Amino acid sequence: MSTPATVLLAAGSASEHRPLIITLFGAFVVATLFITVWAGRQTKSAADFYAGGRQFTGFQNGLAISGDYMSAASFLGIAGAIALFGYDGFLYSIGFLVAWLVALLLVAEPLRNSGRFTMGDVLAYRMRQRPVRTAAGTSTIVVSIFYLLAQMAGAGVLVSLLLGITSDGGKIAIVALVGVLMIVYVTIGGMKGTTWVQMVKAVLLIAGTLLITFLILLKFNFNLSDLLGAAATNSGKGTAFLEPGLKYGVSGVSKLDFISLGIALVLGTAGLPHILIRFYTVPTAKAARKSVNWAIGIIGAFYLMTIVLGFGAAALLKNSDIVASNKAGNTAAPLAALEIGGGAGSTGGAILLAVISAVAFATILAVVAGLTLASSSSFAHDIYANVIRRGKATEKEEVRAARWATVLIGVVSIALGALARDLNVAGLVALAFAVAASANLPTILYSLFWKRFTTQGALWSIYGGLTASVVLVLFSPVVSSKPSSMFPGVDFAWFPLENPGLVSIPLGFLLGWVGSLLSKEEPDKGKYAELEVKSLTGVGAH
Amino acid sequence: MTTDAPPPPGGTETRPEQPTTESFVEVQESAEFGELRRTYRSFAFPLTLAFIAWYLLYVLLSNYAGDFMGTKLFGNINVALVLGLGQFLTTFLIAWLYSRHAAEKLDPKAEAIKSRMEGDA
Repeated sequence: MSTPATVLLAAGSASEHRPLIITLFGAFVVATLFITVWAGRQTKSAADFYAGGRQFTGFQNGLAISGDYMSAASFLGIAGAIALFGYDGFLYSIGFLVAWLVALLLVAEPLRNSGRFTMGDVLAYRMRQRPVRTAAGTSTIVVSIFYLLAQMAGAGVLVSLLLGITSDGGKIAIVALVGVLMIVYVTIGGMKGTTWVQMVKAVLLIAGTLLITFLILLKFNFNLSDLLGAAATNSGKGTAFLEPGLKYGVSGVSKLDFISLGIALVLGTAGLPHILIRFYTVPTAKAARKSVNWAIGIIGAFYLMTIVLGFGAAALLKNSDIVASNKAGNTAAPLAALEIGGGAGSTGGAILLAVISAVAFATILAVVAGLTLASSSSFAHDIYANVIRRGKATEKEEVRAARWATVLIGVVSIALGALARDLNVAGLVALAFAVAASANLPTILYSLFWKRFTTQGALWSIYGGLTASVVLVLFSPVVSSKPSSMFPGVDFAWFPLENPGLVSIPLGFLLGWVGSLLSKEEPDKGKYAELEVKSLTGVGAH
Repeated sequence: MTTDAPPPPGGTETRPEQPTTESFVEVQESAEFGELRRTYRSFAFPLTLAFIAWYLLYVLLSNYAGDFMGTKLFGNINVALVLGLGQFLTTFLIAWLYSRHAAEKLDPKAEAIKSRMEGDA
C-alpha cells in the first residue's frame, strides 16, 4: 500500500485525475446521447426498434457484436487475471473466442434466415406458440438479468475504484446513472441507437487497448519472450507464472471446475439472446456470416492484446500493489496504463489512466444497453404480443410494450444492482453462459436440425436446463461457503463446482431428446419443412 | 401462420410473398435441397466436433499435463503459450475455411432454390 500508484487508486485520493476522467466520460455520454436521439428519429416500425431496420453492414454489425460481447469483465477481468495468475488468465480468454465458431457454423445464418426479432422466433417456429414463447422469454430474461446484474454491480465497484468514491451513496448513484443512461439509449434509440453506441465503444476499446499494448511492447523492444520473462520474475512465481495451474489447477475440484467453465463458454455464446438478436440487424444470412467473421477477427485481436496488457501489468507493477488495489485484479490494466504513461504524478500517466477508465465506462454502458434491449424485446415480442395478446397486437402496441419493459427492467436492475453492490456477483456472468448453453443452445440446435423435435422436448430442455443451472449455482460455492462467495457467512453449498455446465449442459440436451421421444404429439412435418428450407436458403426471410 | 401477427397496413417491413407449406415440403424432399443439406451438414458438423475436441484437448492438457505444457521451446516461450496461440490460429483458420466453403458451395445452391421458390409464390 505504500507506492503512490496504489494509494492513488485504493485510498480514494484519485481526485487529481477525476476531472479528466469525468470530462472524457462526459464526452462519451454526450456523443452517444446525440446518436441516440438521431437514431430515435429514424425508429418508427417494429423492425426499426428491434432490428435497427436490418440495414447494418456485415462490418458494422461485426463491430457492434464485439462491442456487445467484450464486457468490462473481459476487458479488465482477463487482463487482471493474467496479471495475477499468469497463464491461467490467458487460458480463460480462449473459450470466449473459440465459442464464436459455434455461432458461425451452426447458428448465425439459419437464425437470420428464419427468425424475425427474437430467439423465441426460431425456438417457437415449429412448436405450439404460447408455451414455447413463454419458455423462450423466461430463459431470455433470466440470462439477461443475471448478466446485467453482474455488469451493474461491477460498474459500481469499478467506477468507485477509478474515481476514488468510497461512500455507499456514491456507489448507488453510479449504479443509478448507468441504469438511467441505458434506459435512455434503449427506449429512445432502440436497436439502431444501441448498435451505434456499441460500435463507438468497440472502436474506443480497441484504440485504447492498442495504444497501451504498443507502449508496453515498446518498453520491451517488441520482444515477447523478454516481456514474459520480466513478468515471471516480477510476479515472484517464476516459470510457474507462464504455465497453467496457478488459478484453475490448485485442486482436483478446481480442474474439473475449469472444464465445466470452458464447456459453458464455448457452448453458451451461441445461446446468449443479446448476441443472437444482433444477427437480425443485417439484411441477409451472408451479411450475418460476414459479421461473425469480423467479430472473430476483432475479438481475437483484442484477446491477443490482453496477453500483452496482463503480462505487462505483471512485469511493471508489484503483485502486492495489484492485489491491494483490487483483490480480483480488476484495476491491473488501468494501473499498468498509469505506469507505462510515466507513473503516478506524471501527465502521461494521468492521461492514459483517464483514457482507460473512460473506455471502461463506455464498455459497461454498451453492454448493459444490449442486454436490456434483448430482454425487453423478448418480453414485448414473445410474451406480450404472442402469448398475452395471442398475436393480435399491432406493431405500435408491441413497440410501446417494449419501451415500457425497458423502463421496468432498467428500474429493477438499478434496484438489484444497488442492493448487490457489496456482494461478489462476478460469478453471475459464468452462470449466464451456463444457462445459455444448457437451456437455449440445445433447443436452437434441435429446432434447426432434428425433425423429430417436439414442443414437449423444447419445454423440457429449456426449463430443465434453466432450472438445473440455477439450482446448482444456488447450492455452489458461488453463493455460499467461501470467502469469495456472494454470502460468505453461510454455508449451504453441496454442489462443489462453481460452474454448473458439466452437469446442466448434457442434461439440457438429454431432456430435449427424451422429452421429444416421449411426446404424445407428432412433430409438425410441414412446419419443419418451412423452417429447414427457410433456414438454409433464406426463402421469405424478413 | 401463427408465428407472427400479420404486419398492419402501412408497416414498413417489406417481405417477399410466402410460398405455401406444401411447396416447402416439396422442396424439402427434392434432390436439389437434399444436396444442399448434405453439402452444409457434411462440412459444418464434423468441423464443429473437431474444433470442440481440439479445444477440450487443450483444456485437458492444461489441467493434467503441466510438465509437457511447461516445456520451454525458445526463450520464455513454452508449449502452453504456443498451443494457446494455436487455438487463436485454428479459430481464424476454421472461420476462413467455412466462409470459403459457404461462398463457393452453399450460396449458389441456396440462391437457386430461393429465387425459384420466390418466383413461384
